[in-house]
Amino acid sequence: MNADYGELLRALLPEALLVATAFLIVSLDLVWGRGRSREGRLQMAVLMGALGVIAAGVVICQDGVLGFVWDGTLNFDRLAISVRVGVLVLTGLSLLGTLGGRGTDQPAEYVALVLLATIGFLQMAVARNLLMAFLGLELASLSLYVLAGYDRTRPESAEAALKYFLQGGVSAAMLLFGFSLLFGLTGSIEFGEIARALVAQPPTALGAVAIGLILAAFGFKVAVAPFHLWAPDVYQGAPTSSAALIASASKLAGVALFWRLLWSGLGPSSGGAGLGISGPGGWVTMVAAMASASLVLGNIVALVQSNFRRLLAYSAIGHAGGLGLGLLSAGEVGPGPMFYYAATYGLATVGAFGCIAVVERNGRCETLVDLAGLRRRSPLVAGCLAVFILSLAGIPPLAGFFGKFVVFAVALRIDGLGHPAGWVALLAIGMSAVALYYYLLVLKQVWVVEAEVESPSIAVPTMAAWALVATALALLFFGIFPSLLLGLF
Amino acid sequence: MSLLPWIPHLTFAGALLSLAAGTRSATAARVTALGTALVGMVLVAIGAVNFAPTSGLQTLVDVPWIQEMGIRYHLAVDGISLTLVVLTSLAAVAGILFSWTVEERVGEFFALYLLLIGGVYGVFLSADVFLLFVFYEIAIVPKYFLIAGWGSTRREYGAMKLVLYSFAGSSLVLAGVLWTYGAGGADGFSLSALAEAATRLSHIETVVVFGLVFFGFATLAGLFPLHTWAPTGHVAAPTGASMLLAGVVMKLGAYGCLRVALPLFPDGFTAWQPVLGWLAVAGIVYAGLIALVQNDFKFVIGYSSVSHMGFVMLGLATGERAAVGGAVLQMFSHGVIAGLLFAVVGRMVYERTHTRDLTELQALPLHRLIPGAAGVFVIAGLASMGLPGFSGFPAELKILVGVWRVNVWWTVWAGLGVLVAGAFTLRVMQRAFFGQAGTDAAPVAESSSLAPLSLPEKTGAALLLGSTILIGLKPDLLLDWIMPALQSPAFHFAATKGGP
Repeated sequence: MNADYGELLRALLPEALLVATAFLIVSLDLVWGRGRSREGRLQMAVLMGALGVIAAGVVICQDGVLGFVWDGTLNFDRLAISVRVGVLVLTGLSLLGTLGGRGTDQPAEYVALVLLATIGFLQMAVARNLLMAFLGLELASLSLYVLAGYDRTRPESAEAALKYFLQGGVSAAMLLFGFSLLFGLTGSIEFGEIARALVAQPPTALGAVAIGLILAAFGFKVAVAPFHLWAPDVYQGAPTSSAALIASASKLAGVALFWRLLWSGLGPSSGGAGLGISGPGGWVTMVAAMASASLVLGNIVALVQSNFRRLLAYSAIGHAGGLGLGLLSAGEVGPGPMFYYAATYGLATVGAFGCIAVVERNGRCETLVDLAGLRRRSPLVAGCLAVFILSLAGIPPLAGFFGKFVVFAVALRIDGLGHPAGWVALLAIGMSAVALYYYLLVLKQVWVVEAEVESPSIAVPTMAAWALVATALALLFFGIFPSLLLGLF
Repeated sequence: MSLLPWIPHLTFAGALLSLAAGTRSATAARVTALGTALVGMVLVAIGAVNFAPTSGLQTLVDVPWIQEMGIRYHLAVDGISLTLVVLTSLAAVAGILFSWTVEERVGEFFALYLLLIGGVYGVFLSADVFLLFVFYEIAIVPKYFLIAGWGSTRREYGAMKLVLYSFAGSSLVLAGVLWTYGAGGADGFSLSALAEAATRLSHIETVVVFGLVFFGFATLAGLFPLHTWAPTGHVAAPTGASMLLAGVVMKLGAYGCLRVALPLFPDGFTAWQPVLGWLAVAGIVYAGLIALVQNDFKFVIGYSSVSHMGFVMLGLATGERAAVGGAVLQMFSHGVIAGLLFAVVGRMVYERTHTRDLTELQALPLHRLIPGAAGVFVIAGLASMGLPGFSGFPAELKILVGVWRVNVWWTVWAGLGVLVAGAFTLRVMQRAFFGQAGTDAAPVAESSSLAPLSLPEKTGAALLLGSTILIGLKPDLLLDWIMPALQSPAFHFAATKGGP
């Protein structure tokens, strides 16, 4: 192929900016940070990181839709641009959450790792061949493993990292195996070529195995049952801002990657959107089954959680079912609803973890009971947390409601109940009623119950406060004007 | 141009203002809330005076909102929604007057209160089902915090149960509406687009979807056997919130049945009609009998609410125009009367005697200690029993006459329900207010100095009593709005059976 490296570098300028920022942060910390307070070094690192993220975002917005780049290896379409900007926003908010949190001994390296993970996410959004997809995925994953275990003072953090790494490693191996089978079947690593080759040949058992292996990796990335087992431990053990990143930006990028892989690469093996249940060999049925399992398991198990972060993890598993549903419908109606769901879910989750970080700074924030009396300790944090939780619960006019609404609506629109997505949508609607119970349990602690031991009021760092309020307002704004996001596609 | 479409937003703004005012002083929050409700009432009154009854909805505002889904921001009004908007404005003002003594977190209380009111206004004015649903859910969530934060008896349990029932009901509605949208291929969520899409569903689908939507809404209306949230929720709620719950929130459910479920799926309705009628009748009689044996004053009123809402549902279940009109009138009538009864129990009696136990109240000669409360309760009780001269009489009469044309046995059992309502009302009246002094010596001394009714209480009671008597004496004030609205082709289901 004709490799034009200039074109490639131009298209990947945002990534290059982030790499440069990461190196700059580490070297600046080495030179300037010596002998300074941990707080000061953290602020420097986060500030630089945020500037890098903003610069990358500006470049992405200015470039706009570039289409196929580098012989179709990368695809800068509307979804890619939206996901890249979304990932950067979520990363930026996670970084600001670091300011609100407890901090770490090596802030510069932490921020640099966050940026590296972000580069991985950005690659996942544009990858259009198996190799680039795997590279992006692994760059992100390897950074996230380290970020999950970054807090060396807490054994839970190491446990989280180990579990995340072991399961992630296995899932990466499965993905690679699936990719190699796919290459063997179709003779190409490029999504478009794969699709063309699949159309030409009858479905084979080997193809089904490849799809199964790829879906397992998808399940791991987005925490869809039955590949969700890492989520509760990682959410609980990882440093708060790492967990925020894993729960938000990582999912958004993962959904985008697998949307591209499944629809533009494996579309011919979907089982046929119109064929419905009669095409059980396709991956649509498999994803529908995984999404249903996720919806039921996540929402039911969340009911009995007493740890706030584990509750968020199981709620995330439930939402992963919703994302899977969005992925299913995306073949018919485009990725708009799926993107809206993933982006607004990410915002609400980043916000919730931001609240945890701020509360943690001033005391424990492990169990639900630790949240008791939060409205007295900080009305601001309590108010923002209420917005995030209600958005996760899907209460209008917050964005979480419209995300669910539009995903369910388009899923039922495909072919009513003639398509598996219709059934999953009905199940999801039922499960959202179940979910309200545990979300209200959180808000009950925050807004109704008084703390047994009077805790001091919470001092919220200014930047973190602004980030929380902005996130909450964004959820309200996108909830009232969803066309701003939906209209992008 | 009417200012009606601004009322929900005005109320939401008032909620924010009350929250802000509450950080200064409690009085500021109260005055802000009352001011907001009064402005709302004035706007409603202006809208009502200028209202010319027609069949069909009169569009107030209709602009594209979410074009990708064909959703429009469409507010409209007809005689039915105007009746309920008037009820909401009355209940809002009265509820704030009867919440004047809330002392804790006053700003937050009234902010949630107005948020709920704003949502209710929005539901009654919406002509797009998506918009209606958004307002419907906005009205649900504040109830949890109002009850759990400021309530009494088992408040956290009552609040959670109430909100989960409501939300589960709204999930059924959402499932039904989206099913219609998806499978029927609607090009939007307006009532007409969905109605058209509903005709493309198979018969089985129509029957199932009607069941989802109707029972989803009916949960909030307290239809037997989905009513169990109502008594516990009403009892746990603070006075102002129970007034709203019984007064307007239960009406949201009945309104949803009438506005969405019945017009969209007439075939589904035909299939379900016998079941609906019997469930409504069962609710009337069952809740009445339970009210007869309660020993908690507030539970009696709570169950009486369920029983009276049974009449509304029975009226709807007839699918007979006069009875449906009666059902709407009954919504108004019950909204006013139930609000009044809850105000007497929760504010006038409980805050003075600190008991709702009928055995303990029997030991107090309340008719001498707080004659004002006794007077209000006697009048409200008579209204609740459906005596002529009060709004309940024309409403229940219209319903029963209509029911007679459809199923005589329903009339017989519902008539029995009227008798039971008389029985439990008289019983509670006698026990609570006309007990014998001195049978239990202890409380008399301390209670001999109960405060007389305060100005907010008198004003609130006068407002509600005046409404029920006015409509009782001249029901045509509302019926002249309601009956033309029912002539609309949308309510075709109500024109198909019997009657002139």
